Amino acid sequence: MYRYDEFDHQFVSERTAQFRDQANRRLSGELTEEEFRPLRLMNGLYLQLHAYMLRVAVPYGTLSGKQMRQLAYIADKWDRGYGHFTTRQNIQYNWIKLEDTADILQALADVEMHAIQTSGNCIRNVTTDHWAGAAADELLDPRPIGELIRQWSSLHPEFSFLPRKFKIAITGAPHDRAAVKVHDIGLRAHKNDKNETGWEVMVGGGQGRTPMIAVTVREFLPEKEVIPYLEAIMRVYNLYGRRDNKYKARVKILVHELGAEKFRAEVEAEYARHPSQTTQVEQRELARIAAYFAAPNFEKLSRFAPNFESAKLENPEFARWAKNNLAAHHTDGYAVVNISLKATNEIPGDASGEQMRVMASLAERYSFDELRVSHAQNIVLPHVKLEDAFALWQVLVANNLAAANYGLAGDIIACPGLDYCALATARSIPVAQAISRKFADVAMQEHYGPVKINISGCINACGHHHVGHIGILGLDKKGEEFYQITLGGSSSENASIGTILGPGFAAHEVPDAIETILNTYLSLREGHEEFLHTYRRLGPKPFKEALYAAA
Amino acid sequence: MNSIEQGQVMTANRLRDGDAVFLTRAGIWSEKIDDAALVQEPQATAALEARAAEDVKATLITGQYLIDAERVGGKIRATLIRERIRTLGPSVRTDLGKQADGTQGAFAAVEG
Repeated sequence: MYRYDEFDHQFVSERTAQFRDQANRRLSGELTEEEFRPLRLMNGLYLQLHAYMLRVAVPYGTLSGKQMRQLAYIADKWDRGYGHFTTRQNIQYNWIKLEDTADILQALADVEMHAIQTSGNCIRNVTTDHWAGAAADELLDPRPIGELIRQWSSLHPEFSFLPRKFKIAITGAPHDRAAVKVHDIGLRAHKNDKNETGWEVMVGGGQGRTPMIAVTVREFLPEKEVIPYLEAIMRVYNLYGRRDNKYKARVKILVHELGAEKFRAEVEAEYARHPSQTTQVEQRELARIAAYFAAPNFEKLSRFAPNFESAKLENPEFARWAKNNLAAHHTDGYAVVNISLKATNEIPGDASGEQMRVMASLAERYSFDELRVSHAQNIVLPHVKLEDAFALWQVLVANNLAAANYGLAGDIIACPGLDYCALATARSIPVAQAISRKFADVAMQEHYGPVKINISGCINACGHHHVGHIGILGLDKKGEEFYQITLGGSSSENASIGTILGPGFAAHEVPDAIETILNTYLSLREGHEEFLHTYRRLGPKPFKEALYAAA
Repeated sequence: MNSIEQGQVMTANRLRDGDAVFLTRAGIWSEKIDDAALVQEPQATAALEARAAEDVKATLITGQYLIDAERVGGKIRATLIRERIRTLGPSVRTDLGKQADGTQGAFAAVEG
């Protein structure tokens, strides 16, 4: 894992001291809300329906056990004993007091964490594949380049007042788990025939009120050119991005208005203006950062773990969890453990302080002290020996963390919605809970197969509804909450934006509507075809007919 | 039958902790909507606005605005679901917020 150097320590502690002073000046009246608001937002502090909310960065989703314990400590000491893991691999606390915030930032700094650039019109916390460094299909670990981008973009004066927020996601695997095509910039690793690493650079993806899929501006950018090239993109955006209308200010609108070709030409012209040899990243620096992410000392193990196999035979519940929640690791005898934060009727992404401590202990004991936060609001233990999986699972069972629904209908993404969020137009969480109750039987979920159900409580799409196989968008119609359903979205390497099926539904009608959609799929699928494939083959028509036939 | 009296209530977030608060007739901020002044006349609305503006300066509150509400049987019901949730706490965590502290409003976000 990356460890702060002197410079990192200094700037995080200086920022904490600076915020303490700003908060004190606000509380004393020296600063008005208008003056203070941008300052608190630069430190991840929002004002929500019931209290302040603090959004803490988890760079590229990676945490140590000690850091997870500190997150638990903060939840217990300054919040109400829990936190909410978000679709940007961050954690949010919902019950923060302004007068406590500087102390919390100090507690974060103590474990090399902060809330910088989790808000505001800057380059936000970089996100990556949550299986980075572990997945069997990975070409390379995307986190060193993520860390490089973090260092470059943190407090970068030229990019601190962009037209709008800016999100970068990175994947080192062909199978995209980081949703790179729906980010402002997406990076995807490729190897050429000389086994050199290059990055495909995609720009102009995004969700929100104008969802778009990113376009590729470079197929294969040598690694040392990543920073100067991103700089050229940022400069083109900073210069031409609209500042007159916040709804048209994201880079996706610029790419769309200029056209991909013109945008690419602008970026290349900007890039050519600066001699690349002076701005390229030194190999030495890349190697220094990469060393922090060196693979742990994996043991030489057999692909076959006898006690794992026998535990599965003896315990069908464990076998089910192992089948659904373990993923292939690149090293024999190891697995990626996906801890679902989506037990039936629970709040997607929420974990109690106690659960955080349990997961921290499991990481320390079984996963080389590493945890990941996934954008699907789950927690990953990336490097677990198969022979330890049963013991680990028993601890999860005892702490309501063993839901065996990873990647299935119960594994729902949901934003906080109108229960917490000042921007929301409808509640998301109760709808997620109702759907999870409807499909509480995991055998039924397995029958439906892999399906992503994503729920947002407003058009800003924090719940990724546009890229859900089944997306649900909560809106307000004359004071009533109602929910629009979209089908066919995907955030994978074959990304697509979902299509609205028809008129919306009342909250209590949504679970039945989802069941109708899934049963329609079952009746139409060919062989073992997954939901998304059936939808792509047939389009919305049969689903629309089934859903609205009775009405 | 209880009579229903319609009007507006001044609400804000308390500056130091962000809690939702409501302006009372006595000119203080209460955590409980039932304590709020429910006003109809433009003059009364203006008085609430003036008081709130002063209390912004006095660093007591921030983000003040008027909400539509009605008094039903002595209890105040906010019109919008959003505002009812602010008078209660999260509907998905009834162990938290005003509904757990005894300062909740009397009306659920969704009734019936």
